[in-house]
Amino acid sequence: MTFRTQSIIGKCLAAICAIACLCSLAGCGSVSTRDNVIKIGIKFDQPGVGFKKSGTYVGFDVDVARYIAQELGYSEDQIEWKEAPSKQREAMLQNGDVDMILASYSITDARKRAVSFAGPYLVAGQDLMVRSDDHSISGPEDLNGKRLCSVTGSTSAVVVKEKFANEVQLMQQPGYAECATALFSGIVDAVTTDDIILAGLAAASRGRLRVIGKPFTTEYYGVGIKKGDTAFATRINNAIRSMINDGSWKRAIEDNTRGTDYMPNPEFNPPSPTEGEQHE
Amino acid sequence: MASSQSILFDQPGPRGKRLINTLNLIALVLVALVVIAVLMRLHNPPDGENQLDWQLWKPALESEAWTDFYLPGLWMTLKATTVAVIGSVIFGLIFGIGRLLPNIIIRLVAGAIVEFCRAVPVLLMMIFFWRWFAFVGIESASYWAVVVGLVLYNGSVVAELVRSGVGNLPNGQHEASMALGLTRTQSLIYIEVPQAITAMLPAAVTQLVVVLKDTALGSIIMYTDLLQESRRLGSMYFNILQTLVVAAIVYFFACWLLSRLAEWLPSYLAKRTAAPIDTDAVAPIAAGDASNINQIAVAREVENRPFGGVPRQYHVHHRGSNASIQHWRRTRYEQGYDEWHPRDPHNRNVIRMLSQKPVRSQDDKQIDDTTMNPPVGDPKVD
Amino acid sequence: MSSIHELLTQYDVLGAFAVNIELTVFAGLLATVLGIILVIMRISPISSLRAVAGGYVELFKNMPLTIIMVFMVLGVYAQLKLSFSDNFDVNFFWLAVTGLGLYTAAFVCEALRSGINTVPLGQAEAARALGLGFTQTARQIILPQAFRGSVAPLGNTLIALLKNSTVAAAASVATETSSLMSEMIEFHADAIVTIFLIFAIGYVILIIPIGMITTYLSNKLAVRR
Repeated sequence: MTFRTQSIIGKCLAAICAIACLCSLAGCGSVSTRDNVIKIGIKFDQPGVGFKKSGTYVGFDVDVARYIAQELGYSEDQIEWKEAPSKQREAMLQNGDVDMILASYSITDARKRAVSFAGPYLVAGQDLMVRSDDHSISGPEDLNGKRLCSVTGSTSAVVVKEKFANEVQLMQQPGYAECATALFSGIVDAVTTDDIILAGLAAASRGRLRVIGKPFTTEYYGVGIKKGDTAFATRINNAIRSMINDGSWKRAIEDNTRGTDYMPNPEFNPPSPTEGEQHE
Repeated sequence: MASSQSILFDQPGPRGKRLINTLNLIALVLVALVVIAVLMRLHNPPDGENQLDWQLWKPALESEAWTDFYLPGLWMTLKATTVAVIGSVIFGLIFGIGRLLPNIIIRLVAGAIVEFCRAVPVLLMMIFFWRWFAFVGIESASYWAVVVGLVLYNGSVVAELVRSGVGNLPNGQHEASMALGLTRTQSLIYIEVPQAITAMLPAAVTQLVVVLKDTALGSIIMYTDLLQESRRLGSMYFNILQTLVVAAIVYFFACWLLSRLAEWLPSYLAKRTAAPIDTDAVAPIAAGDASNINQIAVAREVENRPFGGVPRQYHVHHRGSNASIQHWRRTRYEQGYDEWHPRDPHNRNVIRMLSQKPVRSQDDKQIDDTTMNPPVGDPKVD
Repeated sequence: MSSIHELLTQYDVLGAFAVNIELTVFAGLLATVLGIILVIMRISPISSLRAVAGGYVELFKNMPLTIIMVFMVLGVYAQLKLSFSDNFDVNFFWLAVTGLGLYTAAFVCEALRSGINTVPLGQAEAARALGLGFTQTARQIILPQAFRGSVAPLGNTLIALLKNSTVAAAASVATETSSLMSEMIEFHADAIVTIFLIFAIGYVILIIPIGMITTYLSNKLAVRR
């Protein structure tokens, strides 16, 4: 019997060890203790904005983040990229998981209660994407009786339905790629979200999708930082300013939306980054 | 399989065979037609693009897709599965034993927790823990939400497995340990539970399939598992259907391998426990969750020996009831047949012989010894 | 307490549960019909039917439901253009029902097969000795007894189906419980535990009675031999 008991205890110990090992592999160990590293939260799954591809990161947000990091004195290999899914962004900043977030993060008053922003580095706007050969839609008003796809949990489709076209039918999908697939196959007629995201998708579609180009909202994309860090915000804003001035900003947009004639709304762009420099 | 077939119908004669062959042919043609229709539709849909185009399949299959997307995703899936399984076993042992302890308060609390965890859909638990963990600032919230959601649900199933495993032990095990002077709790921990664990292992392996399938729910809460990674790959070239097909095949293959393991295990374990080894249906009701179904009962294909073997004894609680009845451990009824314990004719003869002995005359015995009954000591005769 | 009242008046929680129950009922009917057909195919003398049913069960049993749901929308609807209605909400509801039904049918088939395993050999042999053919044996002798023996696994399947109906969110059904819960958490992050408990208790209330009825029926209907 003693033998039996011991073997059970042994097995339990082995199991606990196994858990401990897996834990350490699983992300308990991913907290970096190195100094001199800047942790930046981006999207990993939006082509053209923030996308993880073959171990490297590409997109407009990524280019801006690289530039800012460089201006702050960090080299390429001192950047630690982290995925910042929409619903976790505030929590990640508050817990100090990341130093800053560039993940199509709009500056809103609700969010400013939890975090602070620097920027804006781009003024995007909600727009529509349609099939290239479909000329029946030229704005959100034309969507009555049409079908519109948006991402689960986003409010952009509701905006269209309430403000522009009451009779639009909505489809919700987990990601924009699913929406784009649905658009290709003809079960929906348009996809809606911010124009820069749509331009990134259209750029990857080899000319089969196009963005309408008449944004009907304004989204001020900011750099999310820890609440109240005005000094950091000022440094980031200076970096964004010099990025706009030396032409890298324009180049980054062109590089990431190649093949589309996307232009950020000229009424607001390039933006003047002044957010977050004073206490509120 | 074959043996079960021959039981339900007579062996077909020449005409029957011809008929069956004809029907086989018709069925084959029908299946082929459906497949061709689907492929034609994919090749040339009313609008949209040709989904069979190599342009779309190539990025879904090339080596970069595997090294950058599928394999990391599969690793995340397997990691969550492994941690969840180990956690479930620990959770299940604690609460399964808790439900059997003499102390009524512990029993009630353990029972309430287990019933609650079995009734709440795993997806709801995952969403809740995801948001909550992110809220209180735990790193990689979605990973831990997946693990905790799976542990709570599958742990409660394991708890039930432990409980019914103990309930299915022959009463002699408990009585013997009482006779040795052990207390109720000691008997439970040292004698009954270890045997119950051995008996429940195959069902636990079957539950592994459930866990593996359920990790796919993690993609809904942004956990970068195989499903999520294949979506991402698909969003680069707009070939999400193709990448999902690849992911589906990988899932299928992994689950299928585990199912085969669950089938092989019982024969290996049968000699190590007094409880009936049962790969199906050990856990009672509510063994269901958001991506699998009637669980253990049926999640596994039973290698059929449908009408053979000795009757299997279960207490009433078994196969299906959530509600406990009084004295459930002592109530037993027959349901099903234990494939792993075929009838032992030798044993029966011994019993008959023993019961016949007192009335036997000297003359009868001679006949018995020579013609009818085998010698008691030799198990090989018969 | 007032916050619970506020949440319940602001959001249609009961309506969301109604959607899940509807999904369960319709998918359950579909799965039952399909499951019976599959189990008859699996025990039939025609080998091709056995192979098709076996393949179906193996495929759906080893496939995550989430993937099946995504395929219902992106594959069956978007590519094969099979649709139920021009109205999106109705269409996605029925696509989800179909997906759930197809998936659950594999488990109904397995539940019935485990029921068939409880029918003693003698029953089938006696039926054959009386000269009954396969369809007669199955319909009049085996299946009626198998149903009584598979009440418990079928009850399990029903409970699992009710819980699985939350995965309909993956098929763009936005009015069911898991979607509503996400939405409520989004706007009331401070009441997250309360919101979860509202839904969790709702499921407990739905599922415990099903379990008890199943237990009662499976004891009452069990063939005592």
